[in-house]
Amino acid sequence: MALINPKKKEVQVKIVYYGPGRGGKTTNLEYINKKFKKRIQNEMVTVKTYGDRTLFFDFLPFDIGEIKGHSIKVQLYTVPGQVKYNATRRLVLRGVDGLVFVADSMDLRREMNIRSLQNLKENLETFNKSIFNTPLVLQYNKRDLEEEGIPILSVDTLQRDLNSRLKAPSFAASAVKGDNVAATMKKIIALTVGSLRKKLE
Amino acid sequence: MDFTIEFDKQQIESIENILQEELIDLGVQSVILMDLAGNVIVNLENGGASHDVYSLAALAAGNYGAVSAMANIIGEQEFSLLFHKGEEESIHFSKVVEDLLLLTIFNKNVSLGFLRLKVAEAIKRIQVLI
Repeated sequence: MALINPKKKEVQVKIVYYGPGRGGKTTNLEYINKKFKKRIQNEMVTVKTYGDRTLFFDFLPFDIGEIKGHSIKVQLYTVPGQVKYNATRRLVLRGVDGLVFVADSMDLRREMNIRSLQNLKENLETFNKSIFNTPLVLQYNKRDLEEEGIPILSVDTLQRDLNSRLKAPSFAASAVKGDNVAATMKKIIALTVGSLRKKLE
Repeated sequence: MDFTIEFDKQQIESIENILQEELIDLGVQSVILMDLAGNVIVNLENGGASHDVYSLAALAAGNYGAVSAMANIIGEQEFSLLFHKGEEESIHFSKVVEDLLLLTIFNKNVSLGFLRLKVAEAIKRIQVLI
């Protein structure tokens, strides 16, 4: 549940980027940070290992203006993707309002995507949340690899593997190039804030 | 189970008054009442410093969660009080109720013992309101 402060008329919304390790979650936030620099007042926070992998999370706060007289503060988080960091992943999910699942389009990562999505479902269940009732957007990242001759999964295959039951909005994207990164973010913000509108009336 | 407690305007004002009287007037730089999702519920500052409270709250929630997991490993339920000491500024964390934390940032002019006493008093008064 988003936090609504009736005195300051401010809403804090937590959006988490989830997905397998090295899938591009941090790259999404880095691109957003660069692209929307003017609207971001604070530095992006990252807790990384020496190998430059996300150890705990990345955090990027973002003001998106007003809705029904409330100023909306969106807080973007990523989780560490590596399998062994499940305890920290679960901590970051606490109080999540909206989710972006960043899947890796590389052929070799097919199994990893499916396992990570399953892990997301299980972790949400520990907070008594269902993936079906939480605003969710899927992003099929690394589409640019095709140009380099690296085998990638077709969007149809990714849809079948990950989205056949969820039927969530999805985007083919390249976080490195910035393709559809903003579109993914705008969609999840719209879905998440849309689910709050009633509460703000 | 969802983690955010809802507050009305009245509750927030009362909490602000308590934090002002017990802590800001004592000389602490900044107090943040936050939930374990990393949301800032109340933030007061004495005007001497301005911190990036949203990032602080996100990191504090993660830190508290990580330390609680450490507590579980050694057979404790949790560590309800944390303290990080710096050269000039220090941070004190205390649990208020399930899922709510009070963060206090203070400098060398405030003694830790007195601060702990005042934090405990503030928490007792806030618990009645929630």
